[in-house]
Amino acid sequence: MSDYILEMKGIVKEFPGVKALNNVNFKVKRGEIHCLVGENGAGKSTLMKVLSGVYPHGTYTGEIVYNGEVQKFKKIADSEEKGIVIIYQELALIPELSLYENVFFGHEIVKKGAIDWNETIVQASKMLEKVGIKEDPSMKVKDLGVGNQQLVEIAKALSKNVKLLILDEPTASLNEDDSQRLLNLIKELKKQGVSCIMISHKLREITAIADTITVLRDGATICSLDATERTIEEAEIIKHMVGREMGDVYPKREKKEFGDIALETKDWTVFDPVRGREILHNVSINVRKGEIVGIQGLMGAGRTEFALSLFGNPTGYKITSGELYLEGKKVRYKHPKNAIKDGLAYVTEDRKGNGLILMQDIRYNTTIANLESLVEGLAINENEEINVANRFKRSINIKAPSIEQKVGNLSGGNQQKVQIAKWLFAEPKVLILDEPTRGIDVGAKFEIYSLMNKLVDQGMSIIMISSELPEVLGMSDRLYVMSEGTITGELSAEDATEEKVMAMAIKS
Amino acid sequence: MDTQTKKPGLGKEIGTLVKTNIRDYMMYIALVLIMGFFAWQTGGGFLQARNIANLINQAGYVAVMAIGMTLILIIVHIDLSVGFVAGFSGAVAAILMTKYGVNEWLAILIVLVMGLLIGLYQGLLVTWVGVPAFVTTLAGMFIFRGLLNLSLQETGTIIIPNKGFNALSNGFIPDIPAGLDFHLVTMIIGAIIVIAVIVSEIKTRMNKIKYSFDVPSTPIFVFKLIALSSIILVVMWTLASYQGIPWTAVIVGVVLMIYNYMLNKTKLGRSIYGIGGNAQAAELSGINVKKVTLFAFCSVSVMAALGGILYTSRLQSATPTAGVAFEMDAIASSYIGGVAVSGGVGRVTNTIIGTLVIMSLTNGMNLMGIDISYQYIVKGLIFVIAVAFDVRSRKK
Repeated sequence: MSDYILEMKGIVKEFPGVKALNNVNFKVKRGEIHCLVGENGAGKSTLMKVLSGVYPHGTYTGEIVYNGEVQKFKKIADSEEKGIVIIYQELALIPELSLYENVFFGHEIVKKGAIDWNETIVQASKMLEKVGIKEDPSMKVKDLGVGNQQLVEIAKALSKNVKLLILDEPTASLNEDDSQRLLNLIKELKKQGVSCIMISHKLREITAIADTITVLRDGATICSLDATERTIEEAEIIKHMVGREMGDVYPKREKKEFGDIALETKDWTVFDPVRGREILHNVSINVRKGEIVGIQGLMGAGRTEFALSLFGNPTGYKITSGELYLEGKKVRYKHPKNAIKDGLAYVTEDRKGNGLILMQDIRYNTTIANLESLVEGLAINENEEINVANRFKRSINIKAPSIEQKVGNLSGGNQQKVQIAKWLFAEPKVLILDEPTRGIDVGAKFEIYSLMNKLVDQGMSIIMISSELPEVLGMSDRLYVMSEGTITGELSAEDATEEKVMAMAIKS
Repeated sequence: MDTQTKKPGLGKEIGTLVKTNIRDYMMYIALVLIMGFFAWQTGGGFLQARNIANLINQAGYVAVMAIGMTLILIIVHIDLSVGFVAGFSGAVAAILMTKYGVNEWLAILIVLVMGLLIGLYQGLLVTWVGVPAFVTTLAGMFIFRGLLNLSLQETGTIIIPNKGFNALSNGFIPDIPAGLDFHLVTMIIGAIIVIAVIVSEIKTRMNKIKYSFDVPSTPIFVFKLIALSSIILVVMWTLASYQGIPWTAVIVGVVLMIYNYMLNKTKLGRSIYGIGGNAQAAELSGINVKKVTLFAFCSVSVMAALGGILYTSRLQSATPTAGVAFEMDAIASSYIGGVAVSGGVGRVTNTIIGTLVIMSLTNGMNLMGIDISYQYIVKGLIFVIAVAFDVRSRKK
């Protein structure tokens, strides 16, 4: 048998309009801890989904060799049968079931057609002991801390006879102690011969634990660094993660004149009752008229939550303290409706999920946030509405046969333009753009960047939330970096470098 | 060659029209087939003027309830309580008029306000407390069934003497005496409706052309106008040859016009479709989802109360069994009329067609003397086939 438990060769995976993986080669040695790093959207998760069979054989090209055999996984069960188990960032446990039920959930111990609960409890207890959980196996998962829940997931993996364990940002939501316990457990499993792939953004952990580090960028393998021979510095990893030519992807802006402060938060602190913890801590930012302010941070840093909590707080967070000022006036919004009325607009990061009404047409989606302005008496003035929709379709170049086209049938870039049109029609003073160019092609990106420049030239203020480093650096006049709900730095466009920002973004 | 590629032939245009509107066409075809079948089975009795008037009077209470239900289903909720809310409302109206001697019009107003309050109660439970609509209105089913039985416990069935009240679902609009052997006012109204339809269709078409939207070619447009006008005139003529337009048709017509206008022309209507299409996106676009949902629940309960009034008027009495399975007919009407099970799509005008399908089945099978048990089975099968067809055709 070869030294490698897994070899993925020349993997190419395409989505409509996007090449998510472009000829990726990825090899994991038997019994090593292999860390996979890269920016958001670099293709890490996609690669793991190809491996585990979430994207079945045939939907990608390339070859997967596991244990010396070529594999053609059609579904997750196929890869699990071979001992490949993936644990996602969002845990797949059932909160209302007990620990032992969860450990064997989906592959129950069955005798004569019925579940053998006694055997289940015995086996599950062994697994739970192995991962260091001392709690009663019959307690419910929901009563366990997040750190321990992560361990239950690993116990579940062990019960499936795992040979290759894949962890997707396992410590993202864990505190220091729990993280350490988890990393120790992974090292312990390594001794027992379990190979492990770990996706992580936390470079400190990576340099501490990894045997090999593979860097992905833009869907391609950049390098594999052997950490057993020499110590790998964090700076070296960052360089590989971001090292790309910026070129003139970003249109230049002629004049840069900033006016008064348009929006400001002071010590904005927010508690999420669902997660049961504070998600934003004393966030203080401001944006002036005619300025593009970037908020950079990795996924889960709290940027979207921040935007939503300003924008009428539709998700029901608790704003425990802090102030919000719009043009110097202290405000706090109970509903997006009020925020819109005052001149705030929020382009969501998830245009299909909560941005657009896909089954409706361009006209409907363009005017929905400011229908009042079209109402005469009781009815909507449809002729005026058609004019409005046509005007925006022309001015921001939405490519569609007519404004009667259903938004669900448009390309990502054009959908994004409709979303922006919707908010421009509401005539905002401050426009919050959340991942404005996610999943859209280069041409449409450029158009959106140009539009942003035009809008700030007219005196609008833009807050751009993005996890794409080059974009934030290329577009912002000033930027804040957020990590774990805290602003960890503020940089002017001149001072900001990718390395500086990345270092702040992973600071905890 | 060039002109051919630019301008598809009439045949091709009909082809694409059928393809894009297959869902609606199937509904019309089904209705025609069902009516044809019953006409054949009853030796023409089904299509006789008397029976058409009868059908309208029978269908009225389901129609108004289905219109209210359509809104609820578009925003992906459900209201199971409408049946017994209707039954209870009828009983309250009867008690007010007979026991307390309240004027029939005042009684109707009181009952409609009561419907509003019931809707407020159920809507608040759904929106502010967060109890799922299914549970809230299932509980409502229990409660209003209990209240219905309780209110008629002492008296049993109450016979209603008020002529005006009973006319709602038994009477016809008055005629001007002209010595004709048909109902003149009915034909005049028919003519007015035809003119109104033609004018509004032409206006819409002109407008679309002005904005260079796609419109059907002239022959198809003319054919549509002629077909629509003929259907209206034939129905009106049939009614005119009996006793004219039933009051029920007037009530349903007014309700339909109000709801159709609201859904298509107002911000509230837009909000309802928006919430059904994507509630989160609607909320972030500044629509108050809770308030609009509350409105829909109020509206459906008011319609249930109105349905109860029409049903009680039809029977000229309030009985403890009123309301049983009304919600089934209302929900089935909406879905047969093309409300998408996944929400966000639906038209009250099509819901009326759905009601006609369901009530034609009831009326026709009654004429044929088919046992009620089989009636339920047949209606259930047609309902589920319609929805299955709907789900499949939307997938494409």
